[in-house]
Amino acid sequence: MKQKSLIAFVAALVWLTPAMAATVHEYALDNGMKILIKEDHRAPVVVSQVWYGVGSAYEPMGTTGMSHVLEHMMFKGTEKHGPGEFSRVIAAHGGQENAFTSRDYTAYYQQLEKSRLPISFEMEADRMRNLRLTAEEFAKEVNVVMEERRLRVEDDPQSIAVEQFFATAFVNNPYRIPVIGWMEDLQQMTVEDLRHWYQTWYAPNNATLVVVGDVEPKEVLELAKKYYGPLKPSNVPPVKSRPEIKQRGTKRITVKVPAELPFVIMGYHVPTLKTAAEDWEPYALEVLSAVLDDGDSARFANELIRGQQIAASADAGYSLYSRFSNTFTLDGVPTPGHTIAELEQALRDQVKKIQDAPPSADELARVKAQVVARDVYERDSVFYQAMRLGSLTTMGLDWKVLDEYVDRIRAITPEQVQQVAQKYLTDDQLTIAILEPLPLSQMASVPQRSTGGAHVH
Amino acid sequence: MFIKGTMQRAIVVFVLFTGLATGGVIAAETHGVKINHWTTDQGVRVYHVEAPEIPMVEFELQFDAGAARDGELGGLAMLTNGLIAEGAADLDASAIAARFESVGAIYGNSSQRDAASLSLRSLTDPPLLNQALETFVLVLGKPTFPQDSLERERSRMLVGLQSEQESLESLSEKAFYKALYNSHPYAAPERGTEATVKAIKREDVQRFFNDYYVASNAVLAIVGAVTEEEARSLAGKIGSALKKGQPAPALPPVASLEKPNTVRLNHPSQQAHILMGQPGVRRGDPDYFALYVGNHILGGSGLVSRLAEEIREKRGLSYSQYSYFAPMRLEGPYILGLQTKVEQAEQARQLLHDELKKFIAEGPTDAELQAAKQNITGGFPLRIAGNSKIVGYLGMIGFYKLPLDYLETFNANIEAVTKEQIKAAFAKRVNPEKLVTVVAGGEAAAPDAGG
Repeated sequence: MKQKSLIAFVAALVWLTPAMAATVHEYALDNGMKILIKEDHRAPVVVSQVWYGVGSAYEPMGTTGMSHVLEHMMFKGTEKHGPGEFSRVIAAHGGQENAFTSRDYTAYYQQLEKSRLPISFEMEADRMRNLRLTAEEFAKEVNVVMEERRLRVEDDPQSIAVEQFFATAFVNNPYRIPVIGWMEDLQQMTVEDLRHWYQTWYAPNNATLVVVGDVEPKEVLELAKKYYGPLKPSNVPPVKSRPEIKQRGTKRITVKVPAELPFVIMGYHVPTLKTAAEDWEPYALEVLSAVLDDGDSARFANELIRGQQIAASADAGYSLYSRFSNTFTLDGVPTPGHTIAELEQALRDQVKKIQDAPPSADELARVKAQVVARDVYERDSVFYQAMRLGSLTTMGLDWKVLDEYVDRIRAITPEQVQQVAQKYLTDDQLTIAILEPLPLSQMASVPQRSTGGAHVH
Repeated sequence: MFIKGTMQRAIVVFVLFTGLATGGVIAAETHGVKINHWTTDQGVRVYHVEAPEIPMVEFELQFDAGAARDGELGGLAMLTNGLIAEGAADLDASAIAARFESVGAIYGNSSQRDAASLSLRSLTDPPLLNQALETFVLVLGKPTFPQDSLERERSRMLVGLQSEQESLESLSEKAFYKALYNSHPYAAPERGTEATVKAIKREDVQRFFNDYYVASNAVLAIVGAVTEEEARSLAGKIGSALKKGQPAPALPPVASLEKPNTVRLNHPSQQAHILMGQPGVRRGDPDYFALYVGNHILGGSGLVSRLAEEIREKRGLSYSQYSYFAPMRLEGPYILGLQTKVEQAEQARQLLHDELKKFIAEGPTDAELQAAKQNITGGFPLRIAGNSKIVGYLGMIGFYKLPLDYLETFNANIEAVTKEQIKAAFAKRVNPEKLVTVVAGGEAAAPDAGG
């Protein structure tokens, strides 16, 4: 493809951009609860999400995983509604519900036909302040969470490597903690830990309600006042900024697990939108990530998977949205004829290449076209729109940065991409984790930490 | 992609429970979903819904060209599907990718047991859509299957097979399908085996493409901000890239299981993954609605299901427990599953089996049936909210030749289900004494347990 026509196409994209998105209506209740409402009248449905400013990054050592276990316990009932009743009522109204926990937030949602919104509000408001935490329900649920950890982490070699990577890359930045918590901490957790955690963080002044769908904002506000308005606020502790201490040289770990495939993760300390001194830098890092690995025409696909055929998979990862500073990661699995050391070198060569020369105009044009298009595609999902609003607000960012995103990306120059690569992707700021496979066939069974029950064999 | 993503699924977000990958369980009445249907000159069956609100459009082009068509060369369907955008006319893979991505379009491909599909998502601004569609048509009409691409993708597929060896989910699923379908084409793993993947030649790929990626074997779904007239023109361009060809021949019938079969796989894991089931039901089977509602109560409704109540809520044995019918061209599997630490595996397996037996013997209660119907019919609007959801349903209706009013009549069909029908349908379809059971995990893998 000739460069000329490419640029012409991107120029054609310009008129398509922002302002097409619907307005967000923003309110606050007297008790401090934030409310964000966005209309989407394509289908007679609504999503309601309640976001709490608490997640694994808030947890002290020794009780990691509390936010996530508490999320599970939020389905165990209040004085007014018995265990599991919330789920049954939502199901009976044709609704879908779930909840999720991350580093920076815990969130609960219901998706419903639009007239059922009050049902969600009534029960969600109730469990914000009136959760019943019993030792009996806790004892069962913490076992469920330990099974979840076994499923997602203990029996998944790459997940183990990822956990160890973050625990090494960060010293005092709380992203070193896995969201699900360490197994050793889950085993010692008590219902008292959770009571304290619930009392500390679950309050309207630490919550954001996001409603997106076929609704009238004023009506939703009235409903919110009725159900959430009477809730009492708490003294919610301020969140400290926890900047990562200065790293002084490359850190390297080996993770030995029974596995078939080796795997390398390389991560550099980088700022995010919330922590950056120069506010264009996170956008330049986004573009850098996209130049390397957004699509089949990006550098990793072109050069590592196809050209050199050194990687079976290769990824670059960065997100500018998070409460604390994060890493810019590169990771990959080598092809059978290549070693993990060769793949590591190839990833380093990719870093050096962009430090030595800025990306081409074609590459930037492609990235910008993708960003503009994605901004349109994302409007297809009501849930995703709500998710963006809720997560940003809960991280302490202004959701209005979402509206600026396309223009900010478009303003990034090739030289700025090169500059952030030079400034941040340096060896002294690098952490490397290598998954070294132990043979699957000769390993003794991993010892179990708990007892009881008959063995299958 | 032949191997799983890595950091993307890193430990960042944990959900309360996982949804089911049932391959399109739907419930609907068509509020405002008007399906236009026609057949192109070349014979491609087209299903179109106009959704004017967002300036985007999605195409999903499916062929009866999944792993069930592999024959002796396991993995051929998936490899062919993945190689289509590797070269077309005088363009190489990088040039093709650049043509899509420079206009913000997303090309996708996937291959399952029944269907193999190619998809395209684009903005509708004419110069952008034109370039995306022209590229799509070129790829479809003039794929070159370069030898070096074949070798590279073969190598990546072998890495994908290695990756399955470290995943209990993959190992247990492969063993389950093998035990369920024996010598039937549905038994074969979608990625094939190391030996079959190594045996595939370029002419096999070319032949597979020529036989199956043809208009008479294709279904096209289009959803987005294009009118029927525009969609007809777009579909015509896609259709004219294809040779007319023949529909794929009928697959051999699926045999019922003669006796129970338990497969145990060793693996150095903390958990055991348990799968239990039988060949279940075809798409379009008249018993489907009774089975769907019944299963919803047993294990198809998240935390509210009987399995969740007995296994997770009462006993804390497992994070995820489920059951579902996966209707296919022929009898797709009925699957019940869970994961639990190795020491509890036998207890959990017994519970799963007991709950199934009890449900078959007694059926649901009136209250359960009522609640299930409310959930399924009341949730209708959610299931068609969004272009990407609608395109999935259109593809299913088209691929399996379901009636065009399938969505409109779905809620009425659900409402009509009785307790007696559920009991009769389960009694007819599921025999709890002839189940396949896979228990995978715990202990070291045997030194030669590579396959």
